[in-house]
Amino acid sequence: MSLDSPIFQLELEGAGMWSRVIGRNKTLRLTDLEGGANVGMMLYHATERHERYNMPDTLKGQHIFYLRAPYCLHSDMGRLMASITKDTVGWHDTVCGASDAESVLQQFGENNYQKSRNEFYRNARECFLIELCKWGLGERDWIPNLNWFSKVVADEEGKLSYVAGNSKAGDLVELRFEMDTLVVLNTCQHPFDPAMTYQPKRVRLEVFANDPPMDGDASLMVRPENARAYQNTKDFYLLSE
Amino acid sequence: MIESTYQSTHAVHDEVVLAGDHWVHEIKAGQTFRIEDLEGNQAADTLFYNAHDPEERYSASDTIRVQRALYLSTGTKLISNRGRTMLTITADTCGRHDTLGGACSRESNVMRYAFDREPMHACRDIFIRGIQCWCHDMNKRDLACNINFFMNVPVTPEGGLSFADGVSGPGRYVEMKAEMDVMCLISNCPQLNNPCNAYNPTPVRVLLWE
Ligand SMILES: [Zn+2]
Repeated sequence: MSLDSPIFQLELEGAGMWSRVIGRNKTLRLTDLEGGANVGMMLYHATERHERYNMPDTLKGQHIFYLRAPYCLHSDMGRLMASITKDTVGWHDTVCGASDAESVLQQFGENNYQKSRNEFYRNARECFLIELCKWGLGERDWIPNLNWFSKVVADEEGKLSYVAGNSKAGDLVELRFEMDTLVVLNTCQHPFDPAMTYQPKRVRLEVFANDPPMDGDASLMVRPENARAYQNTKDFYLLSE
Repeated sequence: MIESTYQSTHAVHDEVVLAGDHWVHEIKAGQTFRIEDLEGNQAADTLFYNAHDPEERYSASDTIRVQRALYLSTGTKLISNRGRTMLTITADTCGRHDTLGGACSRESNVMRYAFDREPMHACRDIFIRGIQCWCHDMNKRDLACNINFFMNVPVTPEGGLSFADGVSGPGRYVEMKAEMDVMCLISNCPQLNNPCNAYNPTPVRVLLWE
């Protein structure tokens, strides 16, 4: 199904933040406008917020260390939150976490609001906590976040390295939501981005309506774990709606 | 591989945690804590909280971020969700411990294995019993992604991930020094669907030194 007329669109500046509930049967498209973007993201069940995106279940349920189409995002309750239905990037990180005030200070130096007004240096940890707080969530709800557009690889000893140039201007990823989901995100740089200057990149967000997945859907078929998790999601809505 | 200089006869606490049981205990700043894999290839699913403010707790992604490394061993700092060091691993005769794989739950057993595995005993239920015994106002919200001591979850350069047979064995141990007062919560994993433990969960031993 083509997704040609968005019901919502927004351009987020670098180091911007955003949170909203996106219903199931809707698709979020993220587009890297300049190349080298990073979108840090946390996901919670829209009404049962103790249910969250779960990095371990997502990785071990699909036997992968990173994310790409047609893989899925699993909750900690054995259900699917979203499926990656389109992806021109091919590798997205979900293990390296978020920058914090100390790491940004060490890498880029001090640049506060008093000095630079809205050009001050933000960090992903504070952006997440600000948006989480607006929904009644906080440090107790902290989870390993996704880092869309960023690639980090591991060597045999588990040492990690950041791969620059993973995402180009115009690259995009589409998430089809299978569950009503609170999406919390920011566009701060990846914590391993080796850039010497503070330069978080702009990202476009668009939301489209989509039809429910059909039989043989690539995301639900790529692993039998995904089909069972999707069945669990359908069962949840069968009883709750 | 770094061996410890501590003797079990000098420990101030020495206890066996059976497979399928929880263990909740405070570790004071400066104390040294050891988990011993008594029979080999057991998974000790472990969480740490600031003993005085449990909203601060072990964070897998902050531990990976600060170290830029996936596996835990001697020298690894266990980092909290506030970016602070909670404990430092000071000795390890196993060589590698996992922080990616999380805990089993009845719900994820359904997703991973089959719908009929739902009734089986699982780590998340054990963690929940553990935090209920601790008597703080805590719930599922407080169960962060845990460490799996003695588990081997190798990642390939191509991005594959598997639960491999253990690098641990009978009598292997990991030892860490607390940098702040922490509460330790262990679920000694009862998983019967994973070949890593030869489908036979076994006890671990926990020791503390001043
Ligand atoms: Zn377990």
